[in-house]
Amino acid sequence: MSKTSPDTTTNDVAEILQQKFPDSIHPDDREGYSGIVVSPDSLVEVAQSIRDDFRYNLLTSLSYVDYIDEDFFEVVYHAYDTVKGGPALNFKARTPRSQATLPSLTGVWPSANLQEREAWDLMGIHFTGHPNLKRLLTWEGFEGHPLRKDWKEPFYEEDKKPFKSRWPEGRPDRAESRLPYGMNVQYPPGFTPDGWSPEGESALYDSLSTPMTGSGVDVQAIKTDQLVVNMGPQHPSTHGVFRMAVTLDGETITRLEPVVGYLHRNHEKIGERNTYLGNMPYTDRLDYICSMSNNLAYAMTIEKMMGQEVPERAELLRVLVVELTRIVNHFWLIGFLLNDLGAFFTPALYAILERELIVDLFEALTGSRMMCNYMRFGGVAYDLPPYIGGPAVKPGDKARHMDTMKFIKDLVYERLPRAIDQLDNFLTQNEVLVSRCKGVGILPPEAAVACGVTGPVLRASGVPYDIRRSDPYSIYNELDFDVAVRYNCDTYDRYLIRLDEIRQSLRILEQIIPGLEATEGQEYWAGKRGYNVRVPTGEHYGHADNPKGELGFYVVSDGTANPYRYHIRAPSLINITALEEMCRGLKVADSVVILGSLDIVLGELDR
Amino acid sequence: MSNEAVSLHNPDYPVPEELRHNIAITTLDRIYNWSRARSVWPMLFGLACCAIEMIATAAARYDPARFGMEVMRPSPRQADLMIIAGTVTKKMVPQIVRLYNQMSEPRYVIAMGACASGGGPFKEGYSVVDGIDKFIPVDVYIPGCPPTPQALLQGFITLHEKIEGQSITTVPWYRKGEGEAIPVPVLGPDLIDPRQTALIRNVASQPPDTSDAAQEPATD
Repeated sequence: MSKTSPDTTTNDVAEILQQKFPDSIHPDDREGYSGIVVSPDSLVEVAQSIRDDFRYNLLTSLSYVDYIDEDFFEVVYHAYDTVKGGPALNFKARTPRSQATLPSLTGVWPSANLQEREAWDLMGIHFTGHPNLKRLLTWEGFEGHPLRKDWKEPFYEEDKKPFKSRWPEGRPDRAESRLPYGMNVQYPPGFTPDGWSPEGESALYDSLSTPMTGSGVDVQAIKTDQLVVNMGPQHPSTHGVFRMAVTLDGETITRLEPVVGYLHRNHEKIGERNTYLGNMPYTDRLDYICSMSNNLAYAMTIEKMMGQEVPERAELLRVLVVELTRIVNHFWLIGFLLNDLGAFFTPALYAILERELIVDLFEALTGSRMMCNYMRFGGVAYDLPPYIGGPAVKPGDKARHMDTMKFIKDLVYERLPRAIDQLDNFLTQNEVLVSRCKGVGILPPEAAVACGVTGPVLRASGVPYDIRRSDPYSIYNELDFDVAVRYNCDTYDRYLIRLDEIRQSLRILEQIIPGLEATEGQEYWAGKRGYNVRVPTGEHYGHADNPKGELGFYVVSDGTANPYRYHIRAPSLINITALEEMCRGLKVADSVVILGSLDIVLGELDR
Repeated sequence: MSNEAVSLHNPDYPVPEELRHNIAITTLDRIYNWSRARSVWPMLFGLACCAIEMIATAAARYDPARFGMEVMRPSPRQADLMIIAGTVTKKMVPQIVRLYNQMSEPRYVIAMGACASGGGPFKEGYSVVDGIDKFIPVDVYIPGCPPTPQALLQGFITLHEKIEGQSITTVPWYRKGEGEAIPVPVLGPDLIDPRQTALIRNVASQPPDTSDAAQEPATD
């Protein structure tokens, strides 16, 4: 494990900041906590200083915690330096629960935009100066702010699992039978459906129909009507239930607003009821193409809080599955990017062919193709099986029965390099792909960092920021690989960088295989294998470079068996902050391609 | 479903010897259901994780073209089958009901996976619909989280069996009059099913503490 705790440089910065703003900053000296607490009045000023004087230019995460016993909300910001790398600078602001108001940081970091909207939606913290403070994941008119500790969901049973009614006897329970409506709804006391009308979406359409100043597109001069078009939530090119409300002038996009929440599944509220280990299968369902990567990010966060060591074989197995997942994800993206370009399904058929072999391996390893639930605190759940079974691949086969290491070597040395070369040969010089992607959807590096974009999209904008290098975790600092980076900032580069990253992942895998053979039979899971783990009081923000960007978990422990706060920093959500900037002035058809190259997945975006 | 009912040709009928190889005798139901069951076009519509397995099923390895189901239509008007592939949230369910209403008869619904069937792992959450069958009728439920492609294919086969068991004389879409559209749920303080308006009014008119007690069993 590596240095995720604040080292001297972050502490130095905190001290200098305290000297600079002596009245408005004090260190967070609660046990297990770190960072500084900034008074709300000078929050914007301090944030500007952090960004400009100390070069923490990337505000990745904005988490919010309801400390109901102390009667305040705390918003926790994590800022990183994309040039020097290193751990986060962690600063916080507090506001009383009864009048929750904080200044908005969207002016300093646009990446706060969607995250502040989320904090308003789910926690009810009002951000003054926010340009568009609407609900994000629920809808306008929704009753209450669900992540407040005193807000109860309709099927509420107890604050913490395991529920007494069901454990240890294992009694079945049908939550519907407890409610008069027979389904998962509740209404405020005195609510009546008579004479009531829904709030609707007028706020959204009003904000879209006002011309944006400084957008670079002068609608008045061309004398045409504007048209607001909804793409999604049911649309074949939005990669799930994503919705873009687009203002069009002719066919040109003048405004674009992502409307999300159609797959909001309350990961965080459920996560606070769950035990620590109970959240592991839920992380599978965040970015459901990359369940292994999500597992790793969460496992590392909790291990760091527990001070749990991980044996070498477990680290090797983790890197094996995580890099295979990255390959799956990028293959998937390339296939569906071509789908968005109009080459319906044929390229995707080729691109996801190899995925089947990788999920065969995952199925043999974990028992599930997609929802692997593989990592544990202190290791992984299973060692590699000696043989891998699967459906027949050749005529005459009854079933595949192959030595697992041979299967992995076949994949890494033969099939995957061949598949990536094949895609490269077919696609990279393809005239349609080149003409639709080159120069389309430019995202300059400064804008990318300001919008909090991470992962391959940021690296395709010329910023070589990869958490595997900048804040290394697992065994990545012992591995030899390059951080893929491309400099043209367009959709074509975002396509190319996926090819680069697959090749780098293959390089990593080639280094992992000898280690896997050498450590065969060694321990793969250290520590307690119980249902419950004890996590010391404190907070921690753990993050990993997932195929889609930086996946972060901000976890607060109060020393009990369940996390007090469990916040997920979802790369898909924060990457779409840049979508409007990339699409403005282009045609509708381009927005589909740009969205495809951003690589979002809704399970993670909406959580 | 027995083999006999599935097979098209029923040679029990007295066909003259010289025409045996040129004429097939069957019932209208059989030929009608046989052709319908072999060209069920699903709607190109995924909600969550299950959609990934649905796409994997539609790809080369599992090849739904074997069942005449490879044509995925993005428009509900051209689709016969809606696969609810993933978690149905309260924000999404009005759209799903609207899409269902836009599909032309005969139409079928498969609830793919635990979430669509009953809320799945997210059932306890505040913004998830605990089963799409609270709103639209479901023909086949497929368990799994997510179901494997094999399970989805099994669901397709089950649906085909259901289709082949229907009779042209009793199917709802040849009855007189128009079918009724399902009222589209509304997003209010919480999801409002228009069919429950009277119930909501009754419960809301109760003193507030009784409804609270129903929701919150004593904890301390």
